Amino acid sequence: MNQVLTAKDFTTDQEVRWCPGCGDYAILKSVRTTLAKIGRPPHEVVFISGIGCAARFPYYVDSYGFHTIHGRAPAVATGVKLANPELDVWVVGGDGDFLSIGGNHLLHALRRNMDLNLLLLNNAIYGLTKGQYSPTSSVGTRSPSTPGGSVDRPVNAALMALGAGARFVARSADTLLDHLPEVLTRAQAHKGASLVEIFQNCIVYNDAVWAGMATKAESFEKTVRVAHGEPLVFGKERDKGLVFDSRSGRMELTEAGGDPASLATVHDETNWALACALSSMEGGDLPTALGVLYCDPVNDYGSDQEARNHFTTLSRDELSSLLHDGGTWEVE
Amino acid sequence: MGSQAAALQDDRKTGDQTAPERVVVRFAGDSGDGVQVLGAEFAKSAALSGHDLITFPDFPAEIRAPVGTTFGVSAFQIQFGGPKVLTPGDTVDVLIAFNPAALKTNLADLRDGGLVILDEGAFTKRNLAKAGYDVSPLEDDTLVTYQLLKIDIARRCGEAVADTGASKKVADRAKNFWALGLTFWMFGRKRAATQEWIAEKFAKIPEVAAANLAALNAGHAFGETMEIGRDVIGHPLEASFEPGTYRSITGIDAMAKGLAAAACCAGIKLAYCSYPITPASGLLHALAALRSKGIVTFQAEDEIAAATAAIGASYGGALGVTGSSGPGIALKSEALSLAVATELPLVVVNVQRAGPSTGMPTKAEQADLSMALYGRHGEAPIAVLAPATPAECFQTMIDAATIAIRYMTPVMVLADGYIANAAEPWRIPDVAELPEIAPHYRDDPENFQPFQRDEKTLARPWVRPGTPELQHRIGGIEKADGSGHISYDPDNHQTMTDLRAEKIARIADILPPVKVERGVERGRVAIVGWGSTYGALNAAVKELLSEGLEVAHIHLRHISPLAPGLEDLLRGFDHVLVAEMNGGQLCRLLRSEFLIPAEGVNQMTGKPFKVATVKTALRATLQKAEGGAS
Repeated sequence: MNQVLTAKDFTTDQEVRWCPGCGDYAILKSVRTTLAKIGRPPHEVVFISGIGCAARFPYYVDSYGFHTIHGRAPAVATGVKLANPELDVWVVGGDGDFLSIGGNHLLHALRRNMDLNLLLLNNAIYGLTKGQYSPTSSVGTRSPSTPGGSVDRPVNAALMALGAGARFVARSADTLLDHLPEVLTRAQAHKGASLVEIFQNCIVYNDAVWAGMATKAESFEKTVRVAHGEPLVFGKERDKGLVFDSRSGRMELTEAGGDPASLATVHDETNWALACALSSMEGGDLPTALGVLYCDPVNDYGSDQEARNHFTTLSRDELSSLLHDGGTWEVE
Repeated sequence: MGSQAAALQDDRKTGDQTAPERVVVRFAGDSGDGVQVLGAEFAKSAALSGHDLITFPDFPAEIRAPVGTTFGVSAFQIQFGGPKVLTPGDTVDVLIAFNPAALKTNLADLRDGGLVILDEGAFTKRNLAKAGYDVSPLEDDTLVTYQLLKIDIARRCGEAVADTGASKKVADRAKNFWALGLTFWMFGRKRAATQEWIAEKFAKIPEVAAANLAALNAGHAFGETMEIGRDVIGHPLEASFEPGTYRSITGIDAMAKGLAAAACCAGIKLAYCSYPITPASGLLHALAALRSKGIVTFQAEDEIAAATAAIGASYGGALGVTGSSGPGIALKSEALSLAVATELPLVVVNVQRAGPSTGMPTKAEQADLSMALYGRHGEAPIAVLAPATPAECFQTMIDAATIAIRYMTPVMVLADGYIANAAEPWRIPDVAELPEIAPHYRDDPENFQPFQRDEKTLARPWVRPGTPELQHRIGGIEKADGSGHISYDPDNHQTMTDLRAEKIARIADILPPVKVERGVERGRVAIVGWGSTYGALNAAVKELLSEGLEVAHIHLRHISPLAPGLEDLLRGFDHVLVAEMNGGQLCRLLRSEFLIPAEGVNQMTGKPFKVATVKTALRATLQKAEGGAS
């Protein structure tokens, strides 16, 4: 495509109907910008979603779009790729869609490694059904269905993905316009299933659940932006570092007083154990890891056999020999 | 032995005089005895000898049940002869039982005076106990009403195979071929085709090939030497086949080939998405084996993923097909409503089994008809088809794909465990004569609207992602007629609901009118069936017609919509019986649709109807009719 595309080329005439202040607006903006930058013509791009606030996404992206049923978007997307592996297929879902009702499909889409871009818009709440706790809500979340506070422990999406055999796992947050597009670009470029968990604010039912990540200033202390080949340092003054402790398999802060840049572990996005350690950092002094936590491509599903089948159909001669295979006899 | 053979020789005289049209043979043994292979080779030889035939395997759900138990018995039944064979047979003429358990579970189906061949060596104390025989049936009067042939098959096979140097294990496993050799002798069959098959099949294990060949020849020689009556049962008729190239085909294979043919005729890719389930897995296996240009199979993570991936494939421009059995179809239900709402082509194959729940997975039933017609949320009509015979499954799949593509709708095909596994000869069609199925892909952006409908079929255009300038969005939310935009407008929902129903109704426009399959056009009693019951109903009506009774057989291939002409046809009969392997689901449909007092003939045993059962029901109704008339 020679023509230069802009975000406007990926904007439909549909009025966006998320609540004012919803994090999804920012995500939509990043997605449109990224699509324009990638430059695939809109008709080669497909957006597929399940049910939920996030699942309204396809209506707002001028591409082919399919708003399906709750949880099943990864399976529908798989079928689209079976039919036409050359399409650029994006799947958008929330934490309920991807991790609860559709958890099984996410698991298998990841381990199967079909070339899909899976965007998990995680707001840790059920928005569309009016505020019940979700599989990523913290213990103690008070909601209409858990008036005394939820008791079940949340799932860690990145760890689940790494456990399922995902070859690309990344994280970002809704309003990080200097970060999210870059992560999305990497996800799209990855051949195989790529999961991007996007921390998203629900201003109505779970406001400030990801406080500390939403703005660049706040995020300096609360997050670490990982980059392949770069030391794992963070803080406004880049004065803190992270070390991978190979014995415990966990991340630890670098010793106080030393130079974090030289003490910190250098991020290697092909290191699965490191990715697990980064993904499991939660609370305390440890930051939340953002960026491409893991990227280690292998052959994607269908890269060999399916691709060869693409756009070919069974000829009548081939059908004839197929009908005659095995024993036949003549009646005169 | 000698006296037995002599006794059979005597019987042969009577056998000669009453040469039957058809003969039913059943092989039964332990699930490890190779009964299915034996049956398949016997069927092949019957076909090569010019007989028509239908075979029906009956295997246990257990993969390897404990040896010698009744629940581990695997059986294979074949009816062969002519001029036309319609069912695997009500009763068995010749039963070959490899152990006491096989005798115990199958003897009840042997007709009085029928021949039972036993592997005498297997009738040990231990095996008798496992089968639940307190007294050996060889020593009491269990078998007095039958012709009996006791042979120590294992020992004789072992002796014959010993010369090949095969191990005892290999020799033991060759006894199915010994029995095959014997039956070949009895029915005057040539061994060449089976000999070739053995040589090819076991080319990589010459020891096994040699043992099986030796066993086959020894069984044949035994029959010849002992002068076991070739006419003990009589030689059945040859079939009256139309000229052509034939093959033997099971319902499952016919479905797989039919789907491949449909994709070929439509010039599109076939995407078969399925999750393993008995008895539908065979379709996944058969299509996976055909996996070639334009045929993709996908084993999904679950039934829902199988259905939704098939929907995704259709959205992507391929022919999406999913298949399962009752429990799996229930899981797909939400997805089918999505396909209805988004008006995408989809073929759904339901190889029904006895339910509810796990039920009897290897046994047949037709109890998913109501689910096929009504088992979805919302008003979600789809087309429903049912093949009548194993070979007919080929054309049914082409018809299903044609309707799905032409009307942009899900279509469900209701097969069952019987039709899927039964086999019969099939005249292979000339592929050049299969009509084209033209998908109405849209690629013109001028005035494009995703839900703009074809005036005749009401189908919306099929727009493949990747088509320039036609980006649009579809989904499960109600859409405005035409534009496809989300719409909560009350009048629009009414319109769309009506359109979805009308679209299915209009499929009837391309269906051939229902005809009487056999019998009178108007008269006393019509028996109506659908799906795999065809053979039994047709045979029953044939036999009653030959007695001069005023009966007819009507068979439905299309249940949603019903093909034209059915109501007039039914009103021409004093009584309408509806025979089905369920509690009366089609019967209720016909009663409500036409307000006629149809009555059900219902059976839920997991087994196909017997011809005799159908005849009894017809006679009872005829008698009632007479009574009413007088």
